[in-house]
Amino acid sequence: MAETLHEISLTVNGVVREVKVPGRRLLSDCLRHELGLTGTHVGCEHGVCGCCTVLLDGDPVRSCLTFAVSVDGHEITTVEGLSGPDGSLSPVQRAFSECHALQCGFCTPGFLCTVTALLRDNPTPADDEVVEGISGNLCRCTGYQNIVKAVHRAAELMGDEA
Amino acid sequence: MKPPAFDYHAPRGLGEALEVLAGAGPHGKVLAGGQSLIPLLNMRLASPSHLVDINRVAELDTLVVADGGVRVGALARHAAVERSSSVARAQPLLRTALKLVAHPVIRNRGTVIGSLVHADPSAELPAVLTVLSGSVRLARHGGGERDVPAGAFFTGPLESAVEPGELAVSAFFPSLPPRTGSAFCEVARRHGDYAMAGAAAVVGLDEDLRIVSAKVACVSVGPVPVLLEMSEVCAHRPAASVDWAAVAASVRERIDPEGDIHATAAYRRHLTGVLAERALRIAAQEAAGEQGREGLDG
Amino acid sequence: MTTKLFGEPVQRREDRRLITGQGRYLDDLGQGALAAAFVRSPHAHARIRDIDVSAALDVDGLVAIYTWEDLPERVRDPLPLLIPHPALTHGRTAYPLARDVVRHVGEPVVMVVARDRYLAEDAAGLIEVGYEFLKPVVGIEEAANGVHLVHEDVPGNVGAHLVQEVPSAQGLGAREAIDAAPHVLSFRLDFERSASMPLEGRGVYARWDADDASLRVYSSTQTSTSVRMAIAAKLALPLPSVEVIAPDVGGGFGVKIVHPWPEEVLVPWAAMLLGREVKWTEDRREHFISSAHERGQVQHVRVGFDGEGRVLGLDVTILHDHGAYTPYGIIVPIITATQLLGPYRIGAYRVEFSSIYTNTVQVTPYRGAGRPQGVFCMERTMDRIAAHLGLDRTAVRAANFIQPGEFPYDQGLIFQDGRPLIYDSGDYPESLRMLKELIGWDGFPAMKAEAAERGRRLGIGIGCYVEGTGVGPYEGGHVQVTSDGRVHVSTGLTSQGQGHETVFAQIAATELGVPLEKVSVVTGDTRRFGYAVGTFASRAAVMSGNAIALACRKVRDKALRIAAEALEADPRDLEIEDGVVRVAGHPGASIPLATVAVLSNPLRYAFDEEAQRATQFSGAASMDRPPVQEGEEPGLEGRDYYSPIRSTFASGMHAAIVETDPDTAEIHILRYAVVHDCGRLINPMIVEGQIHGGVAQGVGGALYERMVYDAHGQLLNASFMDFLMPYATEVPFIETAHLETPSPLNPLGIKGAGEAGVIPVSAVIASAIEDAEGITIERMPISPSELHELRSRTASP
Repeated sequence: MAETLHEISLTVNGVVREVKVPGRRLLSDCLRHELGLTGTHVGCEHGVCGCCTVLLDGDPVRSCLTFAVSVDGHEITTVEGLSGPDGSLSPVQRAFSECHALQCGFCTPGFLCTVTALLRDNPTPADDEVVEGISGNLCRCTGYQNIVKAVHRAAELMGDEA
Repeated sequence: MKPPAFDYHAPRGLGEALEVLAGAGPHGKVLAGGQSLIPLLNMRLASPSHLVDINRVAELDTLVVADGGVRVGALARHAAVERSSSVARAQPLLRTALKLVAHPVIRNRGTVIGSLVHADPSAELPAVLTVLSGSVRLARHGGGERDVPAGAFFTGPLESAVEPGELAVSAFFPSLPPRTGSAFCEVARRHGDYAMAGAAAVVGLDEDLRIVSAKVACVSVGPVPVLLEMSEVCAHRPAASVDWAAVAASVRERIDPEGDIHATAAYRRHLTGVLAERALRIAAQEAAGEQGREGLDG
Repeated sequence: MTTKLFGEPVQRREDRRLITGQGRYLDDLGQGALAAAFVRSPHAHARIRDIDVSAALDVDGLVAIYTWEDLPERVRDPLPLLIPHPALTHGRTAYPLARDVVRHVGEPVVMVVARDRYLAEDAAGLIEVGYEFLKPVVGIEEAANGVHLVHEDVPGNVGAHLVQEVPSAQGLGAREAIDAAPHVLSFRLDFERSASMPLEGRGVYARWDADDASLRVYSSTQTSTSVRMAIAAKLALPLPSVEVIAPDVGGGFGVKIVHPWPEEVLVPWAAMLLGREVKWTEDRREHFISSAHERGQVQHVRVGFDGEGRVLGLDVTILHDHGAYTPYGIIVPIITATQLLGPYRIGAYRVEFSSIYTNTVQVTPYRGAGRPQGVFCMERTMDRIAAHLGLDRTAVRAANFIQPGEFPYDQGLIFQDGRPLIYDSGDYPESLRMLKELIGWDGFPAMKAEAAERGRRLGIGIGCYVEGTGVGPYEGGHVQVTSDGRVHVSTGLTSQGQGHETVFAQIAATELGVPLEKVSVVTGDTRRFGYAVGTFASRAAVMSGNAIALACRKVRDKALRIAAEALEADPRDLEIEDGVVRVAGHPGASIPLATVAVLSNPLRYAFDEEAQRATQFSGAASMDRPPVQEGEEPGLEGRDYYSPIRSTFASGMHAAIVETDPDTAEIHILRYAVVHDCGRLINPMIVEGQIHGGVAQGVGGALYERMVYDAHGQLLNASFMDFLMPYATEVPFIETAHLETPSPLNPLGIKGAGEAGVIPVSAVIASAIEDAEGITIERMPISPSELHELRSRTASP
């Protein structure tokens, strides 16, 4: 027996996307498979690793702990939406590359979304605020040291641009 | 790990939500923040036939400071409650405890009521509600509302007094009287994990800064938050002359924790003593500080 | 001076796609593919009675259900035993789908293919498998007593038993040397299981092209070439008809070197059978119970030493928990047994291990691959000796070091590559000096005393290791300069975040004298390079780095020959800088490498203006010889291989200062210092990153991570909620210093760096906690609960 499909409309990276999904479709899967935005990664599907973090109306949330139907009508930003329309990298993206804050890159989109919101709310975070801010995202490659460095560097870049 | 199929309902108002819930009865489950429920669904440890998503019920997205406390609506996210400075003034223990709930990103979506209804005895908010003698307001279709005090609300591990068809619409966290302080201390394996042990404390002082009331609610040491009355052990003394070793010992004697993969029962017992003592001392200090500030104001 | 990029902290070239969401990981591919899911055993040990799929048949979107019975010859056979060894007398591997008996929770029993993963899981959930329970065998010592068997035909559950013995210079055996020693200690050590746990799990995606009877498989693997050979063999396909590609891989750390996984055989098979694209993306629970773990060992140590702490004899007996199967042979315990010796010259050494089957997930290498256990054993021994003699712990180590003048140093053992364990180079006394300075070893007692006055409890610890890196047999590199001046580099081994695209480009750019932007690198794609071994054992930079350098040198020689002719100069007078070949000292006489590439390929047909220079009437060619001379090939390209005589040995030393809470028994790392020697650094930024990541995994293994099995063989913490990988809040700031002792074994003088960081961490933290608490630490990892228990036991023995 086929499942009921719900028609929903999401504004993803500034573009309105209409899609039909079953009630149980996780936002992570909807973004990745229905909308083809595979930059959002799935690492645990129980909300611990943070790889699937996206911005929901500007705030970072776990897309694996959110049903797509629940956020019908809302705005979502994924890693694909962090760079400028001309493809220019955001300060957070630039800082991550500059500071070697990624290795395999699988957790990186979640960190980038988390840090983008962190620095919007707190443009000059102290070291412990940075660590607290990224404390819900797992990285198995970097040991976090260069990620912390990158957050400070991004704050600096944003300060320069402001 | 994909959730099983369910019928999805998205009521637009409280009345409609209650009606849908009543129809679903024991097969219905409420979805608010989903930060506890969706992991269970993804692991297929829960498979409700009906999911009632209350995220569009605007009248539940409330946070009111009034009537001697904080009333938190069912859609108030952890982050919103944590950020509210009026909440922090009316009941500072909420912000203290919320900072210990999981990680900031989880708190952006998770709700205070969701944490209470999930009724995990290792969680912070059930202990806070318990130590503050707060209550949860439950509503049902055609049946009006009932307020359930914390002591009766938590009925077992992951079990609460919410009955099939009922919706927890808000919770009330009373403010503390003057010269009363609170604190929350816990130890988790990793920052943000459920605590191996922890204690929420409330201490009241008299005008001479002697302890007149003291209680702690302990997490992870029983099927529900364990509330311990500590006034007698504190023996009506100023904090500096309380026999704190006796306080810790008394806590350890009165709990009966179980061991798990992260902590033995013996360690939990020991740790709860340490943390209850720490929390009571900090709460007493806060209570004294409160009077100090009042003195300045006066 | 040509373009010098070797040794520079060049920013990574793979970053741009990864930070913009344009990476292509396994599950990002094949959006239209059918999804596979598996029914896995919920029991640790059971006989399958019957399988009833009837309830699943009604699931909307179901395409196929397969059990072992449905599999054809070869596909249904047990998976290969990858690394046979004479001591592995009872090697056992699993069937791709369980045949009669399941031997661990998570073993695949039924394969389901459906329109999407949700529906595949729905169907899998409706399949009923009837089991008859067998006695689960859990725990190394319980298994070793052999009362109940994991495999009916493996007596005592012993898969392998190996003894290696190196007598002393005087000809004494280790046991004799110990008996004759002035001081003797014996003790037992325990090391628990952890796992690689990359954030991207495994995954396979297969496309069968019926039109040209070819199969393309993408796998999140550490070895695409070997997966290709295994699939071709299993599916009886001609090797040229199978291509395997490792796309962007979200971490490996060892677990993805194992192959072929059941899914790597079954998914391509199903894709061929169904004529549809099929994909399987492992979920986190599957990764916990169906991939591989490592580390679990019990060690019994007996050591004899003199009054200066010099080890006269060492006798170690190891019980190694191998889980239910041994597809990767006994590489892990061999490495423990051989690398245990570290930077030390040991009087006489005897090591014996038994590989024991248990009804748990199989054990295969995880970053460090047996070394963390070996180093734990040796470094605990050094600390015991120091405590026994009342000597400083670093003095005892220094007394045992192999000295810089003693290289090459033969430890007298056979290493994991089947070759003699001969250290090529190193400077251990200098490493120790640097480490002591970095951490402030000599000033620590004062710091500790001062903290104690304020009620704080501090301890300092140290750990030293030697790591055999860059094991053979070989890797290759192919370098092609095309007529647009671009340089295309390929090598067969795979990448999982190590920055190969960057460091290999640095090597090629340096060797060829071209700008980095002109170089592109492809790894792990059998369409580009078919001969390779894989990425493991800290070998990629050493093996493929040198192979690419050698291939570049061939290309460079050829370019100079062709350019010399065009410039009417002597090749020895030419240099290449910034992609232009010029006569040294004559700036006017030059020819771009792009043009050299054009001239290298005599053409009949010009495809563009530049190409006209290579056609038959251009007047460029000599009439005295054929267009392609004997011994030459058209094109400016070269291929070469690097195959070392034996491994090259990197080394390092770590120290940490920890604080333990006297009340809560919480353990905090206040400082963590690393001195690291991996020979010449290609890219110091990337090497640092490798060390940071390794140390973080080491901290996980020392204080947080373990695999908790109950007596029924159920893994109690198969989720990220309970398997405690460290977050940023748990990993200390890591201070690093580098020593560069070049390897004499390879042209670039480099040694591997990938695994180093993780190796000594448990030893270091144990040493530091012991120092803080004054309680002997014999078992890692350690939690606050366990430290509390140790304190209680010490207080009231």
